[in-house]
Amino acid sequence: MDYVPASQFDIQHMLDTIGVSSVDDLLKMIPEQIFRNSIDMSDGLSEHDAAKQLKKLAASNDDIDRFTCFIGAGSYDHIVPAVVRNLAGRSEFSTAYTPYQPEASQGTLQAIFEYQSMICELTGLEVSNASLYDGGSACAEAALLMINSVRNKNRLLVSQTVHPLYRTIIQTYLKNFNIDLVTVPAKDGVTDMDQLKTLADEATAGFIVQSPNFFGCIEDVESLTEAVQQVGGLVSMVCNPLSLGALASPGECGVDIAIGDGQPLGVDLSYGGPYFGFMATTKKLMRKMPGRIVGMTNDHNGNRCYVLTLQAREQHIRREKATSNICSNQALMALQGCMYLTWLGKEGLQQIAKQNIVRAHYAQEKACSIDGVSLLYNAPFFNEFCLKIDTGIRAADVVAELHKKHGMLGGLNIKTLDESLPDALLVCVTEKRSRDEIDQWVEALRATV
Amino acid sequence: MYEKLITELSSTGRTAFSLTQWDGDDKQVADYIPEHLLRSQPAQLPEVSKIDIVRHFTRLSHKNFSVDTNFYPLGSCTMKYNPKINEELVRLAGFAHTHPLQPASSVQGLLELLYRMEQSLSALCGMDAFTLQPAAGAHGELTGMMLIKAYHTQRGEGDTRMQVIVPDSSHGTNPSSAHLVGYDVITIPSDDKGMVDLDELKKHLSDKTAAFMLTNPNTLGVFEKNILDVADLVHKAGALLYYDGANLNPLLGICRPGDMGFDVVHVNLHKTFSTPHGGGGPGSGPVGVKSILKPFLPVPRITCDNGTYLLNNEFPDSIGKISAFYGNVGVVIRAYAYIIINGINGLTRVSETAIINANYLMKKLSDSFNVPYNDGVMHEFVVSLKQEASSKGVRAMDVAKWLIDHDIHPPTVYFPLIVEEAMMIEPTETETVETLDEFVAQMMSVKETMERNADMFHDLPQTTEVSRPDEVQAARNPVLTWHDLD
Amino acid sequence: MNFPETLRYTPSHEWIKVDGSKARVGITSFAQKELGDIVFVELPESGRDVKAEEACCVVESVKTASDIYSPVAGTITAINEDLDKQPELINEDCYGKGWIFEIELSDPSQVDQLLTAEVYSESYAT
Repeated sequence: MDYVPASQFDIQHMLDTIGVSSVDDLLKMIPEQIFRNSIDMSDGLSEHDAAKQLKKLAASNDDIDRFTCFIGAGSYDHIVPAVVRNLAGRSEFSTAYTPYQPEASQGTLQAIFEYQSMICELTGLEVSNASLYDGGSACAEAALLMINSVRNKNRLLVSQTVHPLYRTIIQTYLKNFNIDLVTVPAKDGVTDMDQLKTLADEATAGFIVQSPNFFGCIEDVESLTEAVQQVGGLVSMVCNPLSLGALASPGECGVDIAIGDGQPLGVDLSYGGPYFGFMATTKKLMRKMPGRIVGMTNDHNGNRCYVLTLQAREQHIRREKATSNICSNQALMALQGCMYLTWLGKEGLQQIAKQNIVRAHYAQEKACSIDGVSLLYNAPFFNEFCLKIDTGIRAADVVAELHKKHGMLGGLNIKTLDESLPDALLVCVTEKRSRDEIDQWVEALRATV
Repeated sequence: MYEKLITELSSTGRTAFSLTQWDGDDKQVADYIPEHLLRSQPAQLPEVSKIDIVRHFTRLSHKNFSVDTNFYPLGSCTMKYNPKINEELVRLAGFAHTHPLQPASSVQGLLELLYRMEQSLSALCGMDAFTLQPAAGAHGELTGMMLIKAYHTQRGEGDTRMQVIVPDSSHGTNPSSAHLVGYDVITIPSDDKGMVDLDELKKHLSDKTAAFMLTNPNTLGVFEKNILDVADLVHKAGALLYYDGANLNPLLGICRPGDMGFDVVHVNLHKTFSTPHGGGGPGSGPVGVKSILKPFLPVPRITCDNGTYLLNNEFPDSIGKISAFYGNVGVVIRAYAYIIINGINGLTRVSETAIINANYLMKKLSDSFNVPYNDGVMHEFVVSLKQEASSKGVRAMDVAKWLIDHDIHPPTVYFPLIVEEAMMIEPTETETVETLDEFVAQMMSVKETMERNADMFHDLPQTTEVSRPDEVQAARNPVLTWHDLD
Repeated sequence: MNFPETLRYTPSHEWIKVDGSKARVGITSFAQKELGDIVFVELPESGRDVKAEEACCVVESVKTASDIYSPVAGTITAINEDLDKQPELINEDCYGKGWIFEIELSDPSQVDQLLTAEVYSESYAT
């Protein structure tokens, strides 16, 4: 079974037209010793048989429809509405390429323009790009953007409360440059302000903070931002877009760059991807922004239309001097996010944020009523919190027990992401978790610890 | 003409969402979070109904050309059929509804699939190991450059080998990716056949060279027949050879980058392996390496221990991580399905047919149009409209707009940079001979019309809802959100 | 195309007009025509020290971006802020309202090595 429509007759007709007798006549330029070397791989299958194989592989995984999910840490179990799934699946969107020919791509272009508008509305900033790969690479791009926006400053501060995997990505990206990458220590689960003030100096190009941070705690971003901007540095804030239905926006906090993973906006968990990274900045940084940007303009008849713009920043024009090497981004996932935000609307965004807060706090209060279970940090939180268990059992064993015995993905042992972190369980409770599910989880936890 | 923005459909109080009410105590946000941490103004998202959303986005979708609606011979982008079965499979709960941080023991089927995918790509490309972490081709290039840097660093040459050589026909992402790892980029001219100029290469190779980046067949669609000599020269200089996999489509079962001598490759799953381009992503850019570079691959790596699959972080020389989790897994699953459905016999036929289709189209167009580099063409070729531009004033972009009016998505224009008024045509194996003939017929009409009325081209397209956008205005006075409209 | 005799030129298409120890810099009518409609100018910072032939700002059109090199060494003393709002001034009046920056020369003799209008127009503006 394959996807080539040409019949034997078609092939012969084309070869005759070209004037050769076989396809190999067209391939004489390939040196013989590397031509058609044998490859150890099976022949093809029918779609039906292949589907059977894949369904078997899929069925062997413990999916969240069967194993109630209390894990977050950068990937969240939220509602994905049918409307969004259905519309984003339209093949006019999915089987198009990057909109280089604007007259043949107004659908994608307008949708991205609407996406950019809503990301700006959410973050309270002025300019958004058309998306980046994911939250982690968005952090790295923000780091580069900050360093490239100021001359002769090479210190970059990253709070210890930023997601450990994101911090690793930043390190990987910056390793080959002469950049003084400094971790700002945490105190009680949030960035230590005194340490930040000590570390932020004239050589500081920028600072990356996350709120709600990896531990779930809400940071006082406004004060942290002031401290860094006072010495002339830029500030990037990693945020959960859904939390912005309740929490102060990056714009309100005064930061220069907002970044994050758009997965909470109606994108399936999909074992970690595809998601999309978002980035919004002030107008001042617009021309340094990485990635595609769509602008509205007029056509030659004066009609409103959309086009990729500010392209002189990009790799296909600037080559080695481009602001980033990004070409394909995650356009379809961003489109899905755009549809999701439309589905939520002004009222829905506030309600869903509230639902996350109320349910997560209900779960936390009940969990902390168990003997030996308490909050690791006392800072305010959105939909995630860290539990410390003092009964002698390790978080790793709690996770395993909840999974095996109680059939739930009961939280994350944070040590799996960073060995230096305390032994604790990071728990996420979204709008999807019913009171029954939460109660069951609490009982399972009680039985386990 | 439908041109409303979603925000222009907004009406106060209208909603589309559906959330389960909380049946516990009636609590407010302010009961839990201090006021100074809360948002003072709600985000002004549109207030619309479900039917508004459905009609709005459905109507927008109608404004797109796509593989499912049009012939899309966009050079270097491999716009082939995207199998529908893949869209069904990727939505299976065991794939779509799994969390990246749930225990590895609870996702053995997924890990097995990813592991097999790495092995399939290694077999097809002639490499020793693959990582699936890069989210797109350019991300793969960046990863590959980091691997090369790590390799030289471990050999004590990290600071001395700081140059990366690229041909002038290369994709813009190549120099840009090299630069992102701190490399100085040296661009060398191609020879008169459009291939790597060996003398130029020799001139620039030295103990300062970290790598030479190349795509083969190159961006002219021409196979670099001296590839073994190129590899030899690069390796003798102590440098590594990087393969940009954008043009892998004609090579499956025919000739492997690993056998050509490449040390690192990236593959674009959204090109060769049929996953939907999504209007600019998500893609997926797995990177394959020869064994010398294996220790540096990003973590975690999927390893197999007596039938149990593990996410293994125990690689001390690894460059680290370039995606938060394991890359665009949903895209990898689609590509894996494409590989097993085709099998090696089907994949070979894919490549052979892509080559025949391109050569057939080139042959039919060659009498009327100039194809400056036509020797050893594989899956795509480049027409130059330089002559038409200078004698008739009809430029590549004008011809592109004619094609739009005739329901064909234009080929890539103005790339590669070494061909003036370039039009880069890649028909792929997906198209029937009738579709190719229709394209030829349109190009012949272009030629005829040019003789009679060259001026009419400047007012094209005429059939689309909008005509050519004013790009100067867009860049001078950017309107990037609906907030900029007031 | 017009290349005023009173100016000096570089092979990379900048002009410089010297007035004592100070000079004004812009791009030539040939360069602005090659670039097409200019959409943005990334101006240097006032007060910045530059070397001769150092890239210090960027002129962008829709499909290209071009570095502008300082013809001489010195300290940038003024920039043409009108270009922020009206980058098209470079297209409309490249030797007048479309000037880019002013520089205090650190070595005025460098000017003598720059091209005359005649040499520039014959050898480079083609």
